[in-house]
Amino acid sequence: MQLRTLTPQRIYILIGYAVASAALFSAPLFMSDFRLNLLAKFLAFAIVALGLDLIWGYTGILSLGHGVFFGLGAYAMAMYLKLEASGDRLPDFMGWSGLTQLPWFWKPFESFAFAAAMGIALPAVLALVLGYFTFRNRIRGVYFTILTQALVIITVTLFIGQQAFTGGTNGLTGFSSVLGVPLSSPDTKRMLYWITVIALLGAFVLCRYLVKSRFGKVLRAIRDGENRARFIGYNPAVYQMLVFSISAGLAGLAGMLFVLHVGIISPFMMAIVPSIEMVLWVAIGGRGTLIGAALGAILLNYAKSEFSTSYPDAWLFFLGALFVIVVVFLPKGAVGLFGRLKFPKRKGQKHEQVSHSAV
Amino acid sequence: MNRSVILQCEAVTVEFDGFKAVQGMDLRLEKGELRFLIGPNGAGKTTILDVICGKVKPASGKVLFQGKVDITRRKEHQIAELGIGRKFQAPSIFPTLTVFENLEIAMRQNRGVFATLRAKMSAEERDRIEAQLAMIGLEAKADWRAGGLSHGEKQWLEIGMMLLQEPEVLLLDEPVAGMTDKETDKTGELLHQIARKRSIVVVEHDMEFVRNFASKVTVMHEGKLLKEGSMDEIQQDDRVAEVYLGKRRDVDVSRSTA
Amino acid sequence: MLPFLKSWKVLCLFDRKAYTQQVHKRGEFMELIIGQLFNGMSVSSILLLIALGLAITFGLMNVINMAHGELIMIGAYSTYLTQNLFIDYLPSSMFNWYFVLAIPASFLIAFAIGLILEFSLIRFLYGRPLDSLLATWGVALMLQQLARTIFGAPNVGVKSPTWLDGGWMLMQGVVLPYKRLFIIGLVIVTLFAMYLYIYRSHAGRRMRAVMQNREMAACLGISTRRVDATTFAIGSGIAGIAGCALTLMGPIGPALGTYYIVDAFMVVVLGGVGKLVGTIIGALGIGLTNTLFEFWTTASLGKVLVFLCIVAFLQWKPKGLVAMRTRSLD
Repeated sequence: MQLRTLTPQRIYILIGYAVASAALFSAPLFMSDFRLNLLAKFLAFAIVALGLDLIWGYTGILSLGHGVFFGLGAYAMAMYLKLEASGDRLPDFMGWSGLTQLPWFWKPFESFAFAAAMGIALPAVLALVLGYFTFRNRIRGVYFTILTQALVIITVTLFIGQQAFTGGTNGLTGFSSVLGVPLSSPDTKRMLYWITVIALLGAFVLCRYLVKSRFGKVLRAIRDGENRARFIGYNPAVYQMLVFSISAGLAGLAGMLFVLHVGIISPFMMAIVPSIEMVLWVAIGGRGTLIGAALGAILLNYAKSEFSTSYPDAWLFFLGALFVIVVVFLPKGAVGLFGRLKFPKRKGQKHEQVSHSAV
Repeated sequence: MNRSVILQCEAVTVEFDGFKAVQGMDLRLEKGELRFLIGPNGAGKTTILDVICGKVKPASGKVLFQGKVDITRRKEHQIAELGIGRKFQAPSIFPTLTVFENLEIAMRQNRGVFATLRAKMSAEERDRIEAQLAMIGLEAKADWRAGGLSHGEKQWLEIGMMLLQEPEVLLLDEPVAGMTDKETDKTGELLHQIARKRSIVVVEHDMEFVRNFASKVTVMHEGKLLKEGSMDEIQQDDRVAEVYLGKRRDVDVSRSTA
Repeated sequence: MLPFLKSWKVLCLFDRKAYTQQVHKRGEFMELIIGQLFNGMSVSSILLLIALGLAITFGLMNVINMAHGELIMIGAYSTYLTQNLFIDYLPSSMFNWYFVLAIPASFLIAFAIGLILEFSLIRFLYGRPLDSLLATWGVALMLQQLARTIFGAPNVGVKSPTWLDGGWMLMQGVVLPYKRLFIIGLVIVTLFAMYLYIYRSHAGRRMRAVMQNREMAACLGISTRRVDATTFAIGSGIAGIAGCALTLMGPIGPALGTYYIVDAFMVVVLGGVGKLVGTIIGALGIGLTNTLFEFWTTASLGKVLVFLCIVAFLQWKPKGLVAMRTRSLD
């Protein structure tokens, strides 16, 4: 273990983390229930952004399929909630579609623990399988990206088509309680908010550990030169599979929290547009910095909730323009812009110094 | 033959869309040997290195490592793990990693995901990296992003990475390209030093360099072995002279075509 | 997402249920196969038209243009506008001929917008495929919104010329509609023109030169800037023709392009980059398997199966059917 030298910069960063965490934990004290619920949703999105940053910002692989992983997590939790809401009866939409019996794969979701485990495991395993069949054959770059987009299309089509099992276009909604506690009560909402904060901080610590470890350095090496890493003796496919899977698992976790806050999940929430919007969160905050990705998700969604309802048309123009501007002019996102304003002369050397002495 | 053979290419043939880049090439490399591989452009020198390190799969032929493992069936990273290191023509370091980090991940270690997830920098590892930094003259720039180094510094960094990788066999493609005369001499001495413990194959166009540092030279032409021997023998050989420059004997002029 | 499914259903000319009943009644297998093959062909031909531009720009400039779907939409609305002009300003006896004018109009308008797009954005993104994908997606979003602002969000119908009504009776029970035959013909003509352009003209030779070795071509005095811009614009123009053809299939709307773009990209992935023939085979492969799987199973399961087939295929040929070899490290 290296000695951690407490440079002034490090102290500021630590103070920053402490203040941010404290502010997040105490938010219920000064926020209305409605605002708190919104913030909780944004924090769940921030978890997706962290995972997406791992795979895109650090490993250089662009996934447009994270909506699916998010959605799988959300559906897993929603299945549990739906069963709890339906009690002994068959969920309403199944009856409408002519089912008389609960499908076998729905049964285990009566258990909260099983649903919660599946919410992370399903997306992680799906990502692992897709990663195995692509990275192993060195299908990467745009080819991989397009395949992830196709994954979104077929998943959405499948979920719409299999109405009897998935609720079709309406998705799953009409929940009442989680573990016997009513979802609508302010106390539950506050508790769920705190759980989300803890999940976000946990995800942040995990991602930070990953990117600062030697594993994270290998990820960046693979981003810089996959073949070069191969000739040193690393097998990039295994690294890519693992990080893709972790990233998908985080999206699944976020999806579960999302359903608990919002009370509905439908195929449209995991379609192409939401999936690509997730990428924008990371792009705008700054790919390759965890704080940037998380902040990007929170700020963009805040802006969206402020403007998209009152000016829906202008919002879409704005979103489109934002994509163009960020990609062409700000490849490092807002954090990069901020860094450039603040430390114009250092060329990022300081960051690197911190990164290897902190291991 | 007392010394053991570490690498043996047998009748290696490589085809690119019907074009035979290498045809039935044989190459034996002994432990602790420094071998230079020369030949005109398109002779297949780089391709044979590509075959050894697994970048290119041969159409036929075998490459035996330490006399037993046929590495043509292995993947690149497995071959690297066995102990064959490769330096490419263009400096290929990881530009967004720092110099120190470049060396850190190149260092010989368990390269599985779970190993790197748990890896902690030990004092011994740190010493090794720092010693290597001193040797390649980049101590002061340890925390620089490698992408910001000059061309020559990148070359040195890559050599440093290879040495920390501790391979049994080093494959170097034009290691002194773009180096000053002084650096070139330093590299040559370094190669001799390394060759005491390891085996090296160098593809080189710089005849001055070859003449100064080569003990044994292999000449390739049109994908085939043309001549193998000491530098003197090579220079006396009529066929080599013919291949290089029509009928003229001065091998040196070939630098202009490099 | 629902209209997306519908659009595929529209493409599947023969209703599955009606067909199955027919087969049960008459027990004629041949009709079924021919009908399905014909459906597959017409799906493929449209996919091909769309994928062509994508494959060329990706091969030439290493740019992924997500706004390609919106160029289809622009082509479709150009046809719609041409129709309206004919209705408003010309005697109704002339109406049937609007479509003849609509094809070049769609091409030219999409060509011009492609040129503007290339000049204002794409040229900054050469060689950055992932960035270009994201930036052009932003453009796509804006173009869709623009269409919504100008033409309104609901779909609009384009009335097909009457000479395309009806169909050709191939055999008892199999009628091939003229509209679809016309589309297939249009695609063949466009393809042939593209072939002539790429392989038989000076401009095409320059384009291939840049595609194979950009630096060398530039050294030989080829203006790579002009080649890039022209090629991109031509690819856009062809997307416009595809949009024009789509008006024959059903109503059009601002999001028309998004239903086709991912499938078209899959054609590029499958067919590989750099040769016309790869794109043709890719389009036929995806179009036919899609139609057949959707016929044998359901629309949603069919899509899953096609996707699995594509992933399986890539295990065998990771770079697609035709791939260019390079010696570079990454």
